[in-house]
Amino acid sequence: MAQTRFVEIGRVAYVNFGPESGKLCVIVDVVDAKRALVDGPVTGVVRQQMPFSRISLTEFVLPIKRNQTSANVAKSFDEHEIVKKWGNSHAGKHVASNVRRASLTDFERFKLMAAQKKKSLLIKRELKKIKPKH
Amino acid sequence: MVKWYPTEDVQKVRVKRANKPTRLRGGVSPGQVLILLAGKHQGKRVIFLKQLEGGLLLVTGPYKFNGVPLKRVPQAYTVPTSTKVNVSGSDFSKINDAYFAKEKENAKKTEEAFFAPKKEKKPFSDAKKAMQKSVDAGIAGKITDPTVKKYLKTKFRLRNGMFPHTLKF
Repeated sequence: MAQTRFVEIGRVAYVNFGPESGKLCVIVDVVDAKRALVDGPVTGVVRQQMPFSRISLTEFVLPIKRNQTSANVAKSFDEHEIVKKWGNSHAGKHVASNVRRASLTDFERFKLMAAQKKKSLLIKRELKKIKPKH
Repeated sequence: MVKWYPTEDVQKVRVKRANKPTRLRGGVSPGQVLILLAGKHQGKRVIFLKQLEGGLLLVTGPYKFNGVPLKRVPQAYTVPTSTKVNVSGSDFSKINDAYFAKEKENAKKTEEAFFAPKKEKKPFSDAKKAMQKSVDAGIAGKITDPTVKKYLKTKFRLRNGMFPHTLKF
């Protein structure tokens, strides 16, 4: 399948490595083949260069100009409710669930395992009903 | 200036300081669930009662749940979890290091005794069984949530993708 998400001015990206990992930022300019200038005033990413290897492109694009000021980037970010949209998106939900999984305590992990076993048992029962007997 | 030496050698008097019991790590308090890391009961989740004078931790299964009796455990062989159980209804104040002392046997080491058939193991004392029961009753009786009961019955286990340094307990 061809590329559908492109690196462009205004592309909202998710930082997946480094000190800013876990935050959303906006591509404000492209430095060279390997780096972009990103800014995330709303999400706490200081305007800085970021290697493309550290970011994942999201489905959201903001209509900002090249080298847009931080204040205007923040304005556009809030206008388009990117934080809310990201939270409701498939990727955003996946990220949030990973964060939740990593923060589970021992008791919570046990409860998850017990619930998983229960669910799997119900599925197996139903499957047995459908499966033809030899 | 040349150092002055006494004519006779004087032993330096070293003040022996009383040992403090090991500091409890991880904010462990009575009722906290700990995971045992070594020994016969590896992986079992037990309840911390108190720290004994020698520094070891006094824990109990409770015995009915996971077969761990009143036991002394070194802190280094435990992992504290964030789960806490109510132990206020249980009296374990009388248990100390002397409670766990081995009974001394007067055995004369003679040749006959050496070759004599080995004596049977002494049965577990009734007094200790009663103590176990009374301590556990105060704890197990207060655990109403069946999930907590199951949690204490289940052993801790590492699975694929679980790395202890990233796990939160």
